[in-house]
Amino acid sequence: MTEGRPRSFYVLAIFFAAYVLFLYGPMIAIYVLSFQGPQGGLTFPMNGVSTFWIAKLFQGTGIVDLGAAFRRSLLLGVIVMIVTVVLSVAAGMAFRRKFKAQSILFYSAIASLIVPSIITSLGISLEFRIIDDLIKAHWNENFETSMGLLTSGLGAHLTWTLPFGLLIMFAIFNRFDPRLEEAARDLGATPWQTFRHVVLPIILPSVIGIGLFGFTLSWDELARSSQAIGAVNTLPLDLQGLTTTVTNPDIYALGTVISAVSFTVITLALGTIHVLNKRQAAKGSDAGKGLV
Amino acid sequence: MDTSEDILHQASPDLVRGSETARRSKAARLSPSFISWLQAGPMMLVFLAFFLIPLVFVVIVSFWDYNEYQLLPAFSGRGYTDTFEGCIAQLPDLCTIGKTYLMTLKLCFMVWAITLFIGFWVAYFLAFHVKSKTWQMGLSLLCTIPFWTSNVIRMIAWIPLLGRNGLVNSGLMKTGLIDHPLEWLLFSEFSVVLALVHLFTFFMVVPIFNSMVRIDKSLIEAAYDAGATGFQTLVNVIIPLAKPGIVIGSIFVITIVMGDFITIGVMGGQQIAAAGKIIETRVNALQFPAAAANAVILLAITFLIITMMSRIVDIKKEL
Repeated sequence: MTEGRPRSFYVLAIFFAAYVLFLYGPMIAIYVLSFQGPQGGLTFPMNGVSTFWIAKLFQGTGIVDLGAAFRRSLLLGVIVMIVTVVLSVAAGMAFRRKFKAQSILFYSAIASLIVPSIITSLGISLEFRIIDDLIKAHWNENFETSMGLLTSGLGAHLTWTLPFGLLIMFAIFNRFDPRLEEAARDLGATPWQTFRHVVLPIILPSVIGIGLFGFTLSWDELARSSQAIGAVNTLPLDLQGLTTTVTNPDIYALGTVISAVSFTVITLALGTIHVLNKRQAAKGSDAGKGLV
Repeated sequence: MDTSEDILHQASPDLVRGSETARRSKAARLSPSFISWLQAGPMMLVFLAFFLIPLVFVVIVSFWDYNEYQLLPAFSGRGYTDTFEGCIAQLPDLCTIGKTYLMTLKLCFMVWAITLFIGFWVAYFLAFHVKSKTWQMGLSLLCTIPFWTSNVIRMIAWIPLLGRNGLVNSGLMKTGLIDHPLEWLLFSEFSVVLALVHLFTFFMVVPIFNSMVRIDKSLIEAAYDAGATGFQTLVNVIIPLAKPGIVIGSIFVITIVMGDFITIGVMGGQQIAAAGKIIETRVNALQFPAAAANAVILLAITFLIITMMSRIVDIKKEL
């Protein structure tokens, strides 16, 4: 550091700053534009400043039934988050030992991540259509459909969030010191106690990270929902539907509201992770620091 | 053993009480492989029900027949023959599906090249120039946060900038560089590539950064000490060692763009044909076997690309 930085540092620092500006600039533009006056249009310059468009969304007089879609997306997001966390932590623990179907599960997760979303979505919709046809043919002629937010929709979202959860678990256990568990076992802890009192507290910050991925990826999910969500729409699907027809800033207002939820969740999660890390640093092991 | 138990008892009475239970229940303990099944089973079931079986249905339905409003479960190659309609008759001109795939591959190549360039240098900066761990974390987070926000919002965010009366056009008109607004800025190939780069460079940055932070810094020092220039170190040391990250990032970006229909739809003003969009169009017309046939073709091509790329690195070893 004292030697001074090479010229390439400054060139790349500028490049990096430009990239960050490219990432955030356009987003900030629409957040600003959603606070226009009632006469506002789709582009700059702003036409007055007000919360007119945001208020219009919440009055339900706007273009979509925001309230219902909002609650649906929130419900689905929370369920996806919980399921993702539980299944990823469990499967992550399993991967620390060898077991038979290990590589099948691993490759399923990777494939689920990289097979184009539209194909997974189409497949799920075909699967449920065929199930519906079977039910109609054999059991109940008046059966409507088994497709829905919490059946096919939930499944579609999980195929997207679980691979991320599993990969994060791999990253955690790559750095995890197994001697800590051995020590707990030697002291007579049951496997569950070892997990509950030793492993979980150590991995908790990353587990919250998995929850963050689970919720935000579901909250913004679009491609997999498109064919598999059934009759009702999630918030991002409503938003996408608006892109072809809209001529006033309520699309920006909707975007701002959706982003506000994302940013709230991100802040909460990162804040919690920060607090947990601090606490770990303060109360963690004093090994190697000499006798107290 | 006893002393450590005493110490532990002071620290956490619960644990030691548990130790007795542990001894008592030792005989009734579950076998390790059964526990593994319990732990990994639920995730496996989700992938089975919502990924593997649906893929099988896609393949099966692609060989079914259909009429205007329903699926007919009888063997038929119609999904495929409809897709390739005119491909032989129109030779040497390309048929619709051929043109569509050519367009998709073109978009794919452009997005790949640009995201690779940006992703490589962003990752390089983070891995080699940012020395403090706190700064490294903070700046990586800065690159990750947009990934947790909505893709559609990040697409429509370009409208106020690139539209006919947008910031870019009005800025250029004011400076007198152009006297008519540029029409190709929005709802064009340009805006599609721009939005895809904007959305998915993240998938390139993360794996390349991961490979780069694992590079032993003494290797780079050794290269300099042996008289290599900065450029020689980059080409002969850093790029070969970052190759796994580059390949994994490329696989992500290429497969995303190959199957994309939302970005291409929204940013292309629903005017640009692409592999993913054909599937969507067929589904909207309720021609499920044709949609499934297109999905099988897309899957085969994607699989081919991944196989070719994973020849270069062993993905499993890198995670």
